[in-house]
Amino acid sequence: MYDFAYHRPATLADAVELLKNAEDGQLMSGGMTLVPTMKQRLASPSDIIDLSGLKNSGIKVTKTKVTVQAGTSHAEVAANEDLRKAIPALAALAGDIGDPHVRNKGTIGGSIANNDPAADYPAAVVALNATVITSKRKIPAEKFFEGLFETALARDEIVTAVEFAIPERAGYAKFPNPASRYAMVGVFVADFGTEVRVAVTGAGACVFRHKAMEKALKSDFSRDAAASVKTEIKAFNSDIHASAEYRAHLVGVMAGRAVATAK
Amino acid sequence: MPTVCMKVNGEDVTGEVEGRTLLVEFLRSHLGLTGTHVGCDTSQCGACVVHVDGKAIKSCATLALACEGSHVTTIEGLAKDGNLHPMQEAFRDNHALQCGFCTPGMIMAGIDIVERNGRTLSEATIRHELDGNMCRCTGYHNIVKAIQAAAAKMAAE
Repeated sequence: MYDFAYHRPATLADAVELLKNAEDGQLMSGGMTLVPTMKQRLASPSDIIDLSGLKNSGIKVTKTKVTVQAGTSHAEVAANEDLRKAIPALAALAGDIGDPHVRNKGTIGGSIANNDPAADYPAAVVALNATVITSKRKIPAEKFFEGLFETALARDEIVTAVEFAIPERAGYAKFPNPASRYAMVGVFVADFGTEVRVAVTGAGACVFRHKAMEKALKSDFSRDAAASVKTEIKAFNSDIHASAEYRAHLVGVMAGRAVATAK
Repeated sequence: MPTVCMKVNGEDVTGEVEGRTLLVEFLRSHLGLTGTHVGCDTSQCGACVVHVDGKAIKSCATLALACEGSHVTTIEGLAKDGNLHPMQEAFRDNHALQCGFCTPGMIMAGIDIVERNGRTLSEATIRHELDGNMCRCTGYHNIVKAIQAAAAKMAAE
């Protein structure tokens, strides 16, 4: 790992200022992706701005919304009683990211800002029609995730919270890569009564909504309905772990499992 | 070079580190606490697990400077007054190690598992919770037994 100047600001304003002034500044939340990336010299920022000093963690649940502060760890999301009651699938998703030690450090803000194509959270954020709140504005989920590791965030913009809509029922199922535990394919289904939203992660370069699956599940929210939908292969990932065709098949299977466990 | 201060196994420690110095390097090279191991160095194996402010974390993926002001517990900090921690005792009693390389991380993870999940643990829960710790000798069987035995002992204390 190349050396860098380390900063741990105590306020959001200071963090933004440091980011603006750094030559090649990089925000760090839990560091669970960033530190290994720097160790491999795939990233070599001039400055690390560690957001843990903001102490921006916490979960608030109302009748219609769940708000998770950006610095909340996966372990906290998984264990929060109010959240588990409001959106059990979201708690379950967080409780199955990485391993226990990674979940103690990794945060929701860090995960979505990184937008790894195989990360779990983006599927929940899109399917649950979430709003990403930043230091500058509010961004609807579908506008937030733009492509492979790309988001709508400006260079000096910091995610501060994610606001999820509470569905009538929701489920998430993933086929994890046995080594990395990242989703080879993960499907989040959310039934809002008036609409069903389905988001797929791991299959393509970026999380996407599966409109054909949504239509099928809207008329029949069942495992069979999910299995009957043929997933069109549009630039799916293909690697040593799974071909694009295999991933497309997994989308239907994971959607079915998500539906079967939805509550 | 920046200075970092933290409490390690109850003692105040200070050291000059680089931004890139990992917590595990600080523990091993600066403090000489070589009980915490570096196995894979890629956040997979869990040989480097320590507790920071009561939570199990991978010290090979954590910057030393990010632990400023934290309370860190390593394998060296578990035994009290010459008596092994119940988890250490259980690993010995159940022959839960062979080469021993993964053991410090396993024991720190084991304590964290018991603390978080209550003291009556099913085998399935333990196996699931050991997701972040690899052992290449034992086949895990005796590690699971040891954690289950330690959980019962920790409940009694």
